[in-house]
Amino acid sequence: MLAFILRRLAQAVIVMLTVGIVAFFLFRYIGDPINAMVGQDTSMEEREQLREKLGLNDSAPVQFLRFIGNAVQGKFGLSYRTSEPVGRLILERVPATLELAFCAALFILVVGVPMGVYTGLYPRHWSSRLLQTVSLIGVSLPPFLIGILLILVFAVTLHWLPSFGRGQTVDLGWWTTNFLTWKGLQALILPSITLGLFQLTLIMRLVRSEMLEVMRTDYIKFARARGLTNRAVNFGHALKNTLVPVITVAGLQLGTLIAFAIVTETVFAWPGVGQLFIQSVQFADIPVMAAYLLLIGLLFVVINLAVDLLYFAVDPRLRNQVGSAREAH
Amino acid sequence: MAGGNPSGWLARAADSDVWWSFKSSSLTVAAAVTTLAIFALAFLSPVLAPHTPFDPATLSLSDGLKPPVLLSPDGDWSFPLGTDEQGRDLLSSIMYGTRLSLVVGLASVVVAMVIGITLGLVSGYLGGTVDAVIMRIADVQLTFPAILVALLIDGVVRTVISVQRHDEIALFVIVGAIGLSFWVSYARTVRGSVMVEKGKEYVQAARVIGLSPVLIMVRHVLPNVTGPVLVIATLNLGLAIITEATLSFLGVGLPPTEPSLGTLIRLGNEVLQSGDWWITVFPGVTLAVLVLAVNLLGDWLRDALNPKLR
Amino acid sequence: MATPSNNPPLLEVKNLRVEFPTRRGTLLAVDDVSFDIAPGEVLGVVGESGAGKSLTGNAIIGLLEPPGRIAAGEIRLEGRRIDNLPYEEMRKVRGARIGAIFQDPLTSLNPLYSVGRQLVETIQTHLPLSAADARRRALDLLKEVGIPGAETRIDHYPHQFSGGMRQRVVIALALCAGPRLIVADEPTTALDVSIQAQIIALLKGLCREHATAVMLVTHDMGVIAETADRVAVMYAGRIAEIGPVRDVVKQARHPYTKGLMGSIPSLGVRHDRLTQIDGTMPRLTEIPPGCAFNPRCTERGSRCLSERPELMSAGTSRAACWLHDRGGVGAPIVRETADA
Repeated sequence: MLAFILRRLAQAVIVMLTVGIVAFFLFRYIGDPINAMVGQDTSMEEREQLREKLGLNDSAPVQFLRFIGNAVQGKFGLSYRTSEPVGRLILERVPATLELAFCAALFILVVGVPMGVYTGLYPRHWSSRLLQTVSLIGVSLPPFLIGILLILVFAVTLHWLPSFGRGQTVDLGWWTTNFLTWKGLQALILPSITLGLFQLTLIMRLVRSEMLEVMRTDYIKFARARGLTNRAVNFGHALKNTLVPVITVAGLQLGTLIAFAIVTETVFAWPGVGQLFIQSVQFADIPVMAAYLLLIGLLFVVINLAVDLLYFAVDPRLRNQVGSAREAH
Repeated sequence: MAGGNPSGWLARAADSDVWWSFKSSSLTVAAAVTTLAIFALAFLSPVLAPHTPFDPATLSLSDGLKPPVLLSPDGDWSFPLGTDEQGRDLLSSIMYGTRLSLVVGLASVVVAMVIGITLGLVSGYLGGTVDAVIMRIADVQLTFPAILVALLIDGVVRTVISVQRHDEIALFVIVGAIGLSFWVSYARTVRGSVMVEKGKEYVQAARVIGLSPVLIMVRHVLPNVTGPVLVIATLNLGLAIITEATLSFLGVGLPPTEPSLGTLIRLGNEVLQSGDWWITVFPGVTLAVLVLAVNLLGDWLRDALNPKLR
Repeated sequence: MATPSNNPPLLEVKNLRVEFPTRRGTLLAVDDVSFDIAPGEVLGVVGESGAGKSLTGNAIIGLLEPPGRIAAGEIRLEGRRIDNLPYEEMRKVRGARIGAIFQDPLTSLNPLYSVGRQLVETIQTHLPLSAADARRRALDLLKEVGIPGAETRIDHYPHQFSGGMRQRVVIALALCAGPRLIVADEPTTALDVSIQAQIIALLKGLCREHATAVMLVTHDMGVIAETADRVAVMYAGRIAEIGPVRDVVKQARHPYTKGLMGSIPSLGVRHDRLTQIDGTMPRLTEIPPGCAFNPRCTERGSRCLSERPELMSAGTSRAACWLHDRGGVGAPIVRETADA
């Protein structure tokens, strides 16, 4: 088990290193840090002095290490667009994105998993077929379109819910939250649905196909032959066996949520990290892009590690890998 | 697999399980018909479209913001789906836009397929370090959603070249960006198949008699992976169209001078609050129907080619 | 053991038909099959794959996989009809009155739960025992099926057991609520040859101790000859011959059974060669008129091509063959190809 975790940690380090190298290349070679810091009239000598002072003439590995060292401390330089420190720019916007992603994830799990279980258990029932077809529509609608349609119906036509911004937020010092005011909660509804709907249908379809797969296995047939109740067979035996693949994909989906937040935040003018990123792509604001890349990379790595640990909780075959090798036969 | 006479081939195709499962699913048939119809309307748009929406000479501001003809007395029969604020016919815009979306979608699937199959063959055949490097890159890339990869590539290209140049080559940038973000699944499928074939005796035998084992394998591996690759490609086409539309909607895809469906939706979204909904909704519905039809086909194809699920 | 007594039978199967609707029409996979099993008796059911023997077993435990269904006939357990019970009623019969053992012990156990948990769960489903009592019973069962170190093994997961040990656990699971009948579908086919005999001996011994009847489905005539009291030979969805195992082995009455017996190697007897039945069993879509075995039969006559034989008395057995009818097989037919 320890070996497995160490191996996963090593993989995580490799992923972060790759992401770090990409971010570094973006930061150092695609964007020119000097151009961003000085005016048009700066002479070549002054530029060269600045270059020397910032260590831009050092060898690439040294610069890379310095870049990583700074990144660990949250220093990513100044934004080309607003000239503010990138670290602060991002931190300010993290709560908005995380709260949105959290609500969307909740929506996905609470609605998507039960729907998947139901359609997997009763695949021939008409309501399952209907859900399955409707879910395909869900997969075919790009999130931004869902958002626009929701705005058109619930904001423009019915005036029930706000169509942009976070509404009212409460500042907790290091975190601003939507959860403490009615207006803030209202503002969360449409963006959360928009962000969640696409993944919800994916999760539902995944749970369904895994359920169908598991229901065909011998151990489910044997569980029935033992006379276990439907409840025990469906939920105790079948659902638990679908968990491993579902956790994997759900973990990846959580990362995808953060990424798709870019789109949702644009549609709803939601002041999160995604909106910041899209502005930085449009303005070729390289430091922000590099920082965002590192942030997302870190997030994915953390989620993947969490998923790996969850495997251990679910699947004894992994837990006993070391033990069973010793006492096999 | 050996080619017989064409009628025998046709007869076998008509008797095959795949064809039977196609015929017996009315939804799939409907999806195929819809897909074909949209393809035809889009690619014949220069002939069929009532207007050429991007020729400024034909535009008149007085035609601006006309609502759809069937839904409002202000409608005008020469603009059946209404117009945008510059007086462009929406129907024609949608037809041209669909064509562009399809071109980008198809081209990026081809790019992804070529990259993926090549890397999969190389990775599986050479093994060792090359394989490890390619597969680690695949792993890392797979952790990032395609749209993010495409956004990054686009952002980098924007930095390297000027914005004006970017608009000129936007089509190629976006095809490359989407293609590069989808290659992994092809590579994995092909690599897996190569690994299986590599151990087989005919490859060893080919080596012994001095034939290039690479060529022999390519000839044996490609037929084996046709099914899975076709399924991936169909499902990817839907995703690629969505990705292009999303990028264009975000304003980093195709420029407004050459609007795809995504660009049209973005332009409409800007005036959505004033109630001129049709400018957004009709391109949106077209996009949704197109992707839905393609996804239905891909879904069916996957089930039909996967005997385990039948 | 051995002789079927005059007691009322434990299991009665009457005119059972199992159908599979497919796109090329409805397939009759089990066609008019009738047999009894007496309390404590071991009935072997033998036949080639596709003969309908596993489906008969699945029909008895009420677990035919859709779209398969019982189209006609009835199944009675201890006099009570069970083929038309609602799902929930039948569930209470499964495990409690009828146990089941499937072919592959590697896949019969849920990999995510310890064997103890799976035993306790089954015991508590059918018997009013506390968790502690159920666990004690589970432990006893594991010892009974010969799991060494049962006290620690009870908390192990299926992947920590070898194939043979897993099948012992499966047997313990089938027996744990004290069923009257066990339907064992190819219980040793997936195991190493060296372990097969142990498992069969264990199953036989346990069932004798608990006075549990067994329906032993297999394609291995050797296993049946050693284990069963009576044997039913199935061919193309029907019973070709049924009778006491000793008599059937010694003096088969149906030409198909004779062929099967000829294919068993036995020690001590010198065979010049093992005989083999020519041809293969017809597909369910292509069953010939008359006797389904006629294309492969060496003793067929004109009657076999047109009239289908029902089971008829033939010595101590019953066989579905016109050889045992007063009218005989009719005019002999010369085989077109004279092959050995």
